[in-house]
Amino acid sequence: MMQSVSVPIPQSAPIPAIPVREIVPWAVFGGVGVLVLLYFVGVEQGAASIFSNTLVHEFVHDARHLAGLPCH
Amino acid sequence: MTMGDLLVRGMVAGLIASVLAFGFASLIGEPPIEAAIALADTTTNPAHATDDSPVVTRVVQRTIGLATGIAMLGTAFGGFFAIAFAFIAGRVGAFSARATALGIALTAWGVIYLIPYLKYPPNPPAVGDAETIQYRTAMYLAMLAISVFAAVAALALGRHMTAQSGAWNASLVAGGLFLAVVTAGYLLLPVINEVPETFPASLLWSFRLASLGTQFVLWTAIGLVFGTLTERALHGSQQPSLTRAGAR
Ligand SMILES: [Zn+2]
Repeated sequence: MMQSVSVPIPQSAPIPAIPVREIVPWAVFGGVGVLVLLYFVGVEQGAASIFSNTLVHEFVHDARHLAGLPCH
Repeated sequence: MTMGDLLVRGMVAGLIASVLAFGFASLIGEPPIEAAIALADTTTNPAHATDDSPVVTRVVQRTIGLATGIAMLGTAFGGFFAIAFAFIAGRVGAFSARATALGIALTAWGVIYLIPYLKYPPNPPAVGDAETIQYRTAMYLAMLAISVFAAVAALALGRHMTAQSGAWNASLVAGGLFLAVVTAGYLLLPVINEVPETFPASLLWSFRLASLGTQFVLWTAIGLVFGTLTERALHGSQQPSLTRAGAR
């Protein structure tokens, strides 16, 4: 895969692309995790709700406002 | 370097960046939030009472609550960032890992924060009608989706055109497409204004500027930390220390 190191490569050499088929499973896995985190900071007990009380909303409340999301 | 490594690095970079963003948010963001809540307490509008809720005290909200919320955002953004980096690195232009990382971070800040922000600027507590939260969130997410769609379409077009027209012309056309799609979104989506006439304009400005800065600190730090963590891992394996020292 990588060629031998007979030629010095400058520090700013471009980086090799990662094959798409290697990215996709991680992108799906990571994407789901990212969306769950964003849901709890961004939307839970505002526009939508999984838990019945407002604890999550109130706890991360200031971060939601500063993140630029509609809050209440 | 595997995709799993990149994802972990992205989330670690996000967590580190959130420490800086928390510092900024505490110093610059909390004063206008406190001022807005103090204003709400003096009005009689019952819609404003939510922020005085005893479920979580203000002290908790502005310290560990804020820290936790920003850490969750930072980790999520870092994970998203790593996925975007994996797709883009080595495919768009011939940049180093550090330059690619910073470029993606600033682009992400623009596309997923600044564009929706300019259409639907955030409001401090005490502003906004609780009845319309679903509608406002839906409109905000619609603007976000349009912005992300415009960016992906512009990137695809730019890459496609680079071979025939060169990087400069391809970038101009891609930028034009992005602006055209986003402008169409601005025109199509409804205007929302729930800021009371009596709300102090300077306080609103302070809050919105603090929001802008918090996200800017978060994304810039993600790009810089991720670039630093990744530069050596991506380039180092091809480069023994001897040739590296000689190249300096
Ligand atoms: Zn709020």
